[in-house]
Amino acid sequence: MKAYFTDLFTGAWSLIVGLKVTFKALISPVVTVQYPRVKNEVTPNYRGHIDLVKDAETGSHRCITCGSCMRECPSGCIVVDGEKREGVKGKALTVFTLDFTKCSLCGACVEVCPTQALDYSQEYELAGSAREDFHYDLLKRVEERE
Amino acid sequence: MNTDVLQDERHHRFILNMGPQHPSTHGVLRVLLEMEGEYVTELEPVLGYGHRCHEKIAEYKPAKSFMPNTARMDYLGALIYNHGYAQLLERAAGIEVPRRAEFIRVIVSELNRVQSHLLWLGAYLLDLGAFTPIMYSFDDREQILDILEDITGSRLTYCYMRVGGVCKDIDDKFVSRTRAFIDRLRSRYPIYEELVNGNIILQKRLKEVGDYTPELCARYGVTGPLLRGTGVAYDLRRAEPYSIYPEFDFEIPTETRGDSWASYNVRYREIEQSLRIIEQALDKLPEGEFLAAKVPKKLKLPAGDYNSSVEAPRGELSYYLVSDGSDVPYRLKVRTPSYSNLSVVPEMCQGMLIADVVTSMGALDLVIPEIDR
Amino acid sequence: METLNSLTPELWRLLLAIIGIVVVVFGNALVMGYLERKLAGHFQCRTGPMEVGFHGILQLIVDGVKLMGKQLVVPAQADKKLFMLAPMLSFAPVFLPLLVIPFSDKLQGFDLDVGLLFILAIASINVLAILVGGWGSNNKYSLFGAFRSVAQNVAYEIPMLIALLAVVFMTNTFSLRGIVEAQNVWFVFLQPVAFLIYLVAMVAETNRAPFDLPEAESELTAGFHTEYSGMGFSLFMIAEYTNMFIVCSIATVFFLGGTSGIPLPYFEYTGALWFFAKVYLLMFFLVWIRWTYPRTRFDQLMNLCWKYLIPFSLINLLITVVVVKL
Repeated sequence: MKAYFTDLFTGAWSLIVGLKVTFKALISPVVTVQYPRVKNEVTPNYRGHIDLVKDAETGSHRCITCGSCMRECPSGCIVVDGEKREGVKGKALTVFTLDFTKCSLCGACVEVCPTQALDYSQEYELAGSAREDFHYDLLKRVEERE
Repeated sequence: MNTDVLQDERHHRFILNMGPQHPSTHGVLRVLLEMEGEYVTELEPVLGYGHRCHEKIAEYKPAKSFMPNTARMDYLGALIYNHGYAQLLERAAGIEVPRRAEFIRVIVSELNRVQSHLLWLGAYLLDLGAFTPIMYSFDDREQILDILEDITGSRLTYCYMRVGGVCKDIDDKFVSRTRAFIDRLRSRYPIYEELVNGNIILQKRLKEVGDYTPELCARYGVTGPLLRGTGVAYDLRRAEPYSIYPEFDFEIPTETRGDSWASYNVRYREIEQSLRIIEQALDKLPEGEFLAAKVPKKLKLPAGDYNSSVEAPRGELSYYLVSDGSDVPYRLKVRTPSYSNLSVVPEMCQGMLIADVVTSMGALDLVIPEIDR
Repeated sequence: METLNSLTPELWRLLLAIIGIVVVVFGNALVMGYLERKLAGHFQCRTGPMEVGFHGILQLIVDGVKLMGKQLVVPAQADKKLFMLAPMLSFAPVFLPLLVIPFSDKLQGFDLDVGLLFILAIASINVLAILVGGWGSNNKYSLFGAFRSVAQNVAYEIPMLIALLAVVFMTNTFSLRGIVEAQNVWFVFLQPVAFLIYLVAMVAETNRAPFDLPEAESELTAGFHTEYSGMGFSLFMIAEYTNMFIVCSIATVFFLGGTSGIPLPYFEYTGALWFFAKVYLLMFFLVWIRWTYPRTRFDQLMNLCWKYLIPFSLINLLITVVVVKL
C-alpha cells in the first residue's frame, strides 16, 4: 500500500522534473548550423581525397613515378604511369588517376610516398550524378591549381 | 513475462516479421517472431543481410592494409577495433610501441567509447518513444567527433592507428579541447539524469524486463556491459590487461539484477569512468615518439597463431591470426561481441510482450554490421 | 446575431456557425501542425521548418499540396471499401462537437442541454475509425495498432467521464454554456484532482505520446496508419489535431472558466480570444509532454487507468457529492 503512494508521488515528481529540462532546452538557443547558408569551418586536418602537392619552389608536383602508392593501396584505386623523357631522371609522370569510389581514406599512399608528393584535400562537398565524376585526374588537377 | 502462454495450442499463433528494414533493429537484422496475441512465443534472428566478407578479404591483402576494414566492422567503436588489430600485428611481429603512442591510443579509444555509449543512449530512447534525448546526446557526441576529426581526419570510420603507434601526433589544442569537453559533459549529466534516468515511465519500461542470469551469459559467451549488469565484474581492461590500462585508476560499474535497467545503468556509469581514464591519461601524457621507428614496409609475420583481445564498447573483441610466414595472413578470425550478445535473445525473449522485445534488444546494444562482418 | 432574413434566422445562424467551424478545423490543423513542428524543433535544440516562407510559416500549406498530390495506394488483398472508409470515418465526426462548444458568450453553434454527453458520444466514433482502418489495411502491424487503440480508448473514457461528472455535480447541468456561466471561481481551484485526472485521460484519448501506442513508430512502424498515404494520412492527422482541440476546449470550459478573463471591448465576441488562448496553452502542454516522455508499455497504460485513475476519480466524485449535498 505504501509502495502505491510512494510510486505515485515520486513518479509524478520525476515527470515534472523532466518537463523542466525540456523547457530549459526550449528557451536556450538552437545548436543548428543552417548549412548551406552558413558553413562550418573545416579543420585543415580533414581527410578529403588525395591530391598531388604543388611544390612551392618548382611550381609543379613532386611525384617521381615510383609507384609505391599504387602498390600500397589496399583498394587498388590509384593508377600511376610514366614515360622516359630526356632530361628527366627516372620516369616523367604522365598518368595519375584516383578512383575515389573505392578509396577508404586509410592514408597509406600519403605515408609511403618517398617525396611527400601526396596530401589530403579538404573537399567534402562532393556530389555527382555518375560514377565517372569521382574518377579524379590528379595530374590535371595539380596543373590547373594556382 | 508470461509463461502460461507458451503452453497454449500452436494454431492460435501467427508469425510477425520484424524485417531487415525496421526502425528499432539497429542495422539490417531480421527477426522472426512467433506470436500469440501480443506475447512472443518464439524468436529467431536471421542474419547475413550485411555480410561483406571481411575475414576473406584479410586473406589476400597484406596484413597492414587491413586496417581500414577493421573500422568498418563496427563503425561506432572504430578506434578500438583499430587498436585491437594494431596490437595483434605488434604481437605477431614483435614490435614495441612507444609510451606516448600508448597514451594517445588510450585517450582516443576512451573518447570513442564515450561516443559509442552516447549514441546508444540516444538511439535506445528513440526506440522507447522519447524523441528528445537523442538530440541532446548527439549534441555531446558532435563535440567528440570534432575533437577526433582534428587529429584523425575522419569522423566515424577512423584509420588512425598504425603498427607501432598512431599516424599523427596530438598537440596542445587537442589536450585543451578534450579537457573542456570533459567539463562540458560532466555539466550535462543532470540533463540525462533528470530527463531520462529518473523518469518513472522509463524505469517502469526497463525494470524487470529482459532478465538474464550469469549462467545464461556463460552459456552463450555474453560479455561487456550486459555481463556486468548481472554482477560479474569482468572487464578485459582488468581481467587480461593490455596496453597501459593497469596504470589507470577506474571502477568497473556493475549491477546485480540482470535486466535492461541494469545494463542501461552500467553503460551510463561507464561514461563517467571513461572520462576519468581520459583525465588521468592527459595528466600523465609523456613526451616522445608517436610511432615506432623501425617498422618494415613489408611486414612479414612469423608463422604461428596470434591473438589479441580488447574491450570494445559492446564486449570482448578478439582477433585471431594464423600466419604462414608471409605478410598476407593465412586466416583472420574476428570474434565480435554483438554476435554472442544477440544469441541470448531467443532464450531471453520467450513469453514477452512485443514492446519488451524492443526494449531488451535495445539494451543489448547491437551493431549489426559487426555481427555480419 | 442580427437576423439577416426574418424567415429562417436560426438556419442562417447555423450555416454561419458551420462555416466558422470548418475554418476553425482547418485553421487549427495548419496552426497546430506548424506549432508542433517548430516546438518539437526547439525542444530538441534545433530549428523547426525554416525554408518555406519566413521561418517556415508556409510549410503546412506546401505539405498539404504534397499530400494531395500523392498516389492513393490501396494494399493488395485489403478490403478496399473499409480501407477507404476509415479516414472519412475519422474525419467527418470531428466537426460536430465544435458546434456545441461556447467560444464566447454569443459565439456558439448550438447550446444543447446534454452538450457534454453529445461530445463524448461523438468522440468515441474515432475508435471505430481506427479499428476499421487497422483491419482494412491487411497488415499485421496495423491490426496491432487497432487493437491497442480500442482497448486504450475504451478504458480511458471512464476516468474522463467521471472526472467531468464531478464538475457536473457541482453545476447541476450538462450544458456547456451553463457550466461556463456557473464558474465564478475557476473549477481548477475547486477540483484540482479532477483536473489532473482529466489531463491524463485527455492525452490517452487523443492517442498522443506518452500513450501513442496505436501509432508507435519504433515498435509498429506507424501502427494503424502504416498503409495510408497522401490524403488518407492527412485526414487522420487533421482528425487527430481537431480531437486535441476538442478535448482541450472541454478542459477549458470545465476547469479554466471558458471565456472568462480580463474584459475587452465587445466582450461577447472578443471573449473568444481568451478562450483560444487557454485552449492553445493546453495544446502547448500536450506538445510539451509528447516531446519529453518515452512511451508507456501497453499493460502499464491499462494499469495506470484501472489502478490509479479510476479509484482516484471515484473518490473525488464521492467527496464532491458529499460536499455539494451539505
